[in-house]
Amino acid sequence: MSKFKYVLIGGSAGAVGAVEAIREIDSSGSLALISDESLLAYSRPMIGEYLSGEVTIEGIMYRTGEFWNLSKVHLFCKRAIRIDLDDKFIMLDDEEKIGFEKLLIATGSKPRTIEIDGIDKDGVFNFNTLTDADAIRMKIGEIKKAIIIGGGLIGVCMAEALAKRGIEVTLVELRENLLSLLLDSVASNIIRTAVQKKGVNIITDHSVQRIKGTENNNNKVKGVVLDSGEEILCDIVMVAIGVIPCIDLVRGTKIKINRGIVVSRFMRTSVPDVYACGDVAEAYDFVLDKSRVLPQWPIAYLGGKVAGYNMAGETFKYPGGTVMSALKYFDIPIIAIGQTNPKNSDECQILTSHDLSGTSYKKVVLKKGKIIGLILVDDIERAGLFFYLMSKGINVDRFKEKLLSEDFGFITLPKRLRRTMLAESLTH
Amino acid sequence: MMKRISFREELCMGCGLCEVYCLVQHSKSKDITKAYKREFPKPFSRLRLEVNPPMVFAIQCQHCEEPACVAACLSGAMQKDKETGLVVHNAEKCVGCWTCIMVCPYGAIKRDINKRRVVAKCDLCSESMSPACVTNCPNEALTYKEVSL
Repeated sequence: MSKFKYVLIGGSAGAVGAVEAIREIDSSGSLALISDESLLAYSRPMIGEYLSGEVTIEGIMYRTGEFWNLSKVHLFCKRAIRIDLDDKFIMLDDEEKIGFEKLLIATGSKPRTIEIDGIDKDGVFNFNTLTDADAIRMKIGEIKKAIIIGGGLIGVCMAEALAKRGIEVTLVELRENLLSLLLDSVASNIIRTAVQKKGVNIITDHSVQRIKGTENNNNKVKGVVLDSGEEILCDIVMVAIGVIPCIDLVRGTKIKINRGIVVSRFMRTSVPDVYACGDVAEAYDFVLDKSRVLPQWPIAYLGGKVAGYNMAGETFKYPGGTVMSALKYFDIPIIAIGQTNPKNSDECQILTSHDLSGTSYKKVVLKKGKIIGLILVDDIERAGLFFYLMSKGINVDRFKEKLLSEDFGFITLPKRLRRTMLAESLTH
Repeated sequence: MMKRISFREELCMGCGLCEVYCLVQHSKSKDITKAYKREFPKPFSRLRLEVNPPMVFAIQCQHCEEPACVAACLSGAMQKDKETGLVVHNAEKCVGCWTCIMVCPYGAIKRDINKRRVVAKCDLCSESMSPACVTNCPNEALTYKEVSL
């Protein structure tokens, strides 16, 4: 059995962050990575640009081809099938055993599935990996009409990519609004208008009941039937109703799981020497002040980096993340962070400014003097200041009336805070 | 030791020359008249002079030791150069997803939508010895000096 000081399972953002952190501290400790994905270290959020043809395969590489080599990573391009925590090894699908001293589980997430009639037909796709994108690209010339199930981030991303390919797209969303986990109805309607302007047909408040096959080949997608009874013809159906953590490998072990793998602020699991990060982990949310699954690329990278530092022996605390996304779809810049649509709105103060003639919109949600939610549409360049105030839990009562003003900036912040922030740029 | 731009707000008169010369430095012609009158796409300043009378503040990329923008970057376009300590942006690789803008505590990253949609920020005028904003600051409110990390 080969043995390594560090073993990582997964080859995406979390693993890259961990490798970079480990190598900052420990330049020679043996490091192995296990992943069965064909092309490691590509940017998963960029598969939309790859599908639309705006970016080549080289363009979506998150790190260069030499990255693993330069970082002295031993790659096992195989699937991990079992973790043995007592004897500290990973079993691969060819029964090879890889021993570890410290382990990082960064297995990511997989698409949520729906149980509808016809879901297994030829022409039904997910859109989470490069393999998914390649499968669609192979057929792209034959696709005239597409149905997308789900109006979240992946659904809207796919809608844009396919529309740019000249495909007639219909997006079906069960809820009233697009991107409802991220935006409020005002911002959601701004993007809806932009999506429709580009020719995408949007159907909300409805769901796909079943997928129909063609007359001469029932196994091939011909169209869908909605809950309203309406039938829409299409060549492909794309399912984008969210992701769930890939926890199969840890199920049945001593590692504590809730919805994902439970981790501390140091990305440690309940088992010593075993860490987790990224989509598979439940890490700290600074808005909710508790742990939750947050399947977002920057959070995975940062979690991986924190895990890597701690695995290599340098104590580093995860600052936390929250629901947050920067959007550029259909040329509308939007940044949304935290609770943009608070449930107990009577406990919150909500500041908004909305330019009705254009697409500019700002919303700040305050609770007990702190910002817990933010939406910026169009004028987004100062979003990071809000992100800082939110992540540090800074009381903004003294300057809250300036938060929405056009000249809100670094200068708006109290002098002492400005000094602290500038000093922080020089520290780890 | 790394060289960084420092700003002393008590010395700033708010003349705005830092923005003017940053723009010129990042123009095609590097000529003030041409840059303002004849260039398309219109060049812009990477530094931002924030004015809130009587206070003025010049802020630009701080080239952080632990840059939030690099950690958040979706494409790998934003990187920390280990040797120089600079936060370097590769505009070719950038896809303009705005995720770095979301997390920069200084609001120091701008959108550049003139050609392709990408971001732009202070590069410390990497081609020249001293940043243009510092060289052209008449009251030494902006200085370029060694800082201890």
